[in-house]
Amino acid sequence: MLEYVLFSLLNSLVLGMLLFMLSSGLTLIFSMMGVLNFAHASFYMLGAYFGYQISTWVGFWPALVIAPLLVGGLGALVERYGLRSLHKYGHVAELLFTVGLFYIIEESVNLIWGRNAVMYPIPKILDFPVFKLLGADVSAYRMFMLLISMGMFVGLYLVLTRTRIGLIIQAALTHPEGVNALGHNVPAVFMLVFGGGSALAGLAGVIGGIFLITEPAMAATLGPIVFVVIVVGGMGSLTGAFVASLLLAAIQTFAVGIEYSLTDLFALFGWRVDATGFFRDIWRIQLSHTGPILPYLFMVLMLMFRPKGLMGKRES
Amino acid sequence: MKHYLKQFGIWFAAVIFCIVLPLIFNSGFSRSMLSQMGIAVIFALSYNMMLGQGGMLSFGHAVYYGLGGFLAMHALNWVGDGWPLPLELVPLMGGLGGVVAGLVFGWLSTDRAGTTFALISLGIGELIAASALMLPSFFGGEEGVSANRMVDTTLTSFRFGQQIEVYYLIVAWMLVCIALMYLQTKTPLGRVANAVRDNPERAAFIGYNARVVRTLQFTLAAFFAGIAGGLFAINYEIINAETVGAIPSGNVLMMTYIGGVGYFFGPILGAVLVTLMQLTLAGITHAWLLYFGLLFVGMILWAPGGLAGLIMMHEPVWKAGLMSRLLRAYAIIAVPALVLFLGLMTLIEINYHLSLSVNPDEPMSLFGISFRAQSIAPWLVSLCLIGIGFFFFRKAQRVVRRSWNEVAQQMKGAAIQ
Amino acid sequence: MKRKLLLSMLMGIALLTMIVVPAVAQDTIKIAFVEGMSGPFAGVGDAGYKHYQYMADLINARGGVLGGKKLEIVPFDTKSSPKEALIVLKAAIDQGIRIITQGNASSVAGALIEALNKHNERNPDQQVIYLNYAAITPAFTNELCSFWHFRFDAHVDMKIAAITDYIKTRPEITKVYLCNQDYVFGHAVSDTAKQMLAEKRPDIQIVGDTFTPLGKVKDFSPYVSKIQASGAQAVITGNWGADMSLLVKAAKDAGLGAQFYTFYGSGLGAPAAIADAGIGKVISVIEWHFNLAVEDNKPEDEKFFLGYHEKYSDGGKSPFYYGRIRTTMEMLAAAIDKAGSAKAKDIAYALEGMEYDTPYGKVLMRAEDHQLIQPLYLMVYAKKGEGTVKYDSENSGVGFKTIGRIEAENTAMPTTCQMQRPAK
Repeated sequence: MLEYVLFSLLNSLVLGMLLFMLSSGLTLIFSMMGVLNFAHASFYMLGAYFGYQISTWVGFWPALVIAPLLVGGLGALVERYGLRSLHKYGHVAELLFTVGLFYIIEESVNLIWGRNAVMYPIPKILDFPVFKLLGADVSAYRMFMLLISMGMFVGLYLVLTRTRIGLIIQAALTHPEGVNALGHNVPAVFMLVFGGGSALAGLAGVIGGIFLITEPAMAATLGPIVFVVIVVGGMGSLTGAFVASLLLAAIQTFAVGIEYSLTDLFALFGWRVDATGFFRDIWRIQLSHTGPILPYLFMVLMLMFRPKGLMGKRES
Repeated sequence: MKHYLKQFGIWFAAVIFCIVLPLIFNSGFSRSMLSQMGIAVIFALSYNMMLGQGGMLSFGHAVYYGLGGFLAMHALNWVGDGWPLPLELVPLMGGLGGVVAGLVFGWLSTDRAGTTFALISLGIGELIAASALMLPSFFGGEEGVSANRMVDTTLTSFRFGQQIEVYYLIVAWMLVCIALMYLQTKTPLGRVANAVRDNPERAAFIGYNARVVRTLQFTLAAFFAGIAGGLFAINYEIINAETVGAIPSGNVLMMTYIGGVGYFFGPILGAVLVTLMQLTLAGITHAWLLYFGLLFVGMILWAPGGLAGLIMMHEPVWKAGLMSRLLRAYAIIAVPALVLFLGLMTLIEINYHLSLSVNPDEPMSLFGISFRAQSIAPWLVSLCLIGIGFFFFRKAQRVVRRSWNEVAQQMKGAAIQ
Repeated sequence: MKRKLLLSMLMGIALLTMIVVPAVAQDTIKIAFVEGMSGPFAGVGDAGYKHYQYMADLINARGGVLGGKKLEIVPFDTKSSPKEALIVLKAAIDQGIRIITQGNASSVAGALIEALNKHNERNPDQQVIYLNYAAITPAFTNELCSFWHFRFDAHVDMKIAAITDYIKTRPEITKVYLCNQDYVFGHAVSDTAKQMLAEKRPDIQIVGDTFTPLGKVKDFSPYVSKIQASGAQAVITGNWGADMSLLVKAAKDAGLGAQFYTFYGSGLGAPAAIADAGIGKVISVIEWHFNLAVEDNKPEDEKFFLGYHEKYSDGGKSPFYYGRIRTTMEMLAAAIDKAGSAKAKDIAYALEGMEYDTPYGKVLMRAEDHQLIQPLYLMVYAKKGEGTVKYDSENSGVGFKTIGRIEAENTAMPTTCQMQRPAK
């Protein structure tokens, strides 16, 4: 039992940090610009494909730096020439623009890299089990992912709290109008944040593409879960996003071990369920089967009863 | 009589048009497509009851469409087993399913509008879509639920074995639904929904509970979505979990937005155009999704009012009799736009040929010209077309803007006089 | 005013609709390839299309059918949706196509069977035959069986039978774990596996029976640690796509010792995604793989595979995979010649009970239920260049090696089909 808990904790930490890397950028963009960026996961996918392509040319380590920068530049361009001109039409138009962008990026990836998964292996230097945790191997690559995401977290924290631009961003998170009134160049800050957020997604892609699978559907599979993270974490709160990422990863990871269904729950109280009718299957679904969809339930409940999220400072 | 004709002429024309259409386009495919268009029109209009009228952006509208469809499909099976419900009224069962689901989820999600509502709808959509595969006794698992629409209980002499009979059923329902939804915009509820959309606080001050209004509007929209789902069940005689999923939800959003949310008839245009594109483009080119995405983004960037907005923009100009001046400018811009589009299209098609065709080494053909995708000439040609087209497009844009300004000036002048 | 505008718009729409004019040409026999050619499953659809195209090339090159008529493959995009499939089916029928083929997604297959049953009854002059090359829900050749449907792939129960037959010969396996996707197919795999293991190896203990939501899991390591904790030596899984690759990758990360007995472990896209992680671990049940020719020393067959490789595989990225498409097309051509006609009903009667010699043994299209009975292989991932592993898959550096063969008659399952045949 203990080994299961320890192992699950470690796994949820790795997955949670990856989620955080993806969602930190989105939460900045969302709380500052009000844009629910549907294409955010597409930038993650671009990061993975750029990482794959560059690492076949010059190796993994340069790719780790170049690919996020490229994705960030692309994000900045999207903000400058797409979103900015839509600002006057309101958030729905901006949001739909990102939906369209999602389609275009996915099709372009199909076009350039083909429709099947590409082979994007773990770099040889990281391809070994680093230690044994009570019988199960823990691979070096997972530890490396953890390291990178921790590094990113610390870096982001320092930028936001220790630099001038970081302070402006922080102020814009909670009081965007006020910052504008103070005479800061808010459009430029927006571009920077959008670019930076995309770059973080790109970085998540470079390392996540190896960990998961680099394929054209990867954006669609990870997209909605990122929204869950920022909603649960709360508007304008990076700490919230951090906590929510770890929490959601833990829910998914630990639910796997709980093999109880509603029937079992009722049996505890001595009630017996006679499964008939249209929805009789509900009674036999075990909690362990539902792990990956629990986050959505969590999100809906959170929005209904606490729209601010766990640590949000304001509502949308 | 004249007044009568003026008021209802458009409806008569629509009825006759819909009756004649499948007789002109009489292949099985076009009739299926026309039927699908009819369903899409109801679905898109019901979506606009929420987005356009109520200001609720939903990412999960297909939940009501799909649930209605499933209930209607089960009802169809019961009718086959001897239930005394005539086939023509089975879509009402779909509507009922939509209403029940709409009331529950509507009440739960309409406390706030805006992004909160949008995200709740996304979450509910994901939840229902995921549970659809886990609850096979209602949703029928991967294969879905099927039924035979050729039942004994009918109101008309139709047997519904042929597609055209089903098409007429769909059209009848479509016209009734369009009329009902149009009338709904004139009712107090429709008006208050607009007020709540524009300013919920003020609406609350004058005594309207925004949540109640939104829930009612939502439930009505779900009702019509359910009817569309019911027609889906009759038309295809099979329905599976994808119908409640993200794809139809996204589709209906696109249809409505491309058509234009600001006008009642906008979603009709959008539904027809998008259905047509999805069904025919896929048969013509591999790249249809890309064209579709480009069109969507282009519409948002340059015509945020949608097709209906574009059309209605010209109404005052037409009335003032100044259309000819604009048309000249449009003719001028059409040439470089066409060149630009041709260039882009050639480039896209070459790339698709290289990466996805059966054998990239074989020559490809475009507009009846066949060439090898690997040779440099087509690349150069398409790049040149893009460059030239773009350059003159920018110039022509100025011409269009100038003539719009002139027209606007003149109309203003006329108004002052 | 408004009315005029609306009217002219309606006319515009009518004009647009005219784009769709069916063209009919009768010098070839057309086969509609109805599959998702865009969207997330487009890669698989594309590959299938190329397989059919290659087979049509080969058959046409040796003179076609009916003394000179050529076969032509016409692709139709279903976008992997049953609804869209039914619409393009109409388009195919409009174009005079009377033979359709489809395989991916049982949802689409089920819709097609239902639709063709109704269509063929309602329009006896336009009957259509359906060749299914990959939809493996057992019901299609049992309670839902149809005269118009022919299946060239072994269904779920047959594949499980092959896997359990093999496990029977491996006494060291005492604990089996079942890990499947939470929908009808996954449950069918799990139920059948439990039942057959209980019959063939009552001593085997089922130590886990897990279902995961379809396509929603990102990190399989929690499931892998459950498998690890259970001490299973073998995992039976029907997972496909990302759910398959991610499971194996997570297992490799954790150093899991168990072997995976899979349906789709070698499926299109999986070798590139799994690569080294699968060596010695991932076993698939399948009717053909390209190192069979090397193992059985059949250079003719090697040439067949290389011909495809050169022309259609995109530099090896998407090699020949569906051995059964070869059987499908060969048997179709033989049936058309035998019937002397390309009418759906005649082809269907000719196919019923037809026997055909593949390079790897005799196969039979069973008349009772239209299920192809063919030998099946179990193969495992192996490093390219080792022994008979001459070719790798998808340029991944890993290929496949046969570890067991189940003869055709041993894969046959009883059927509950009550076939309704139209008058000849």
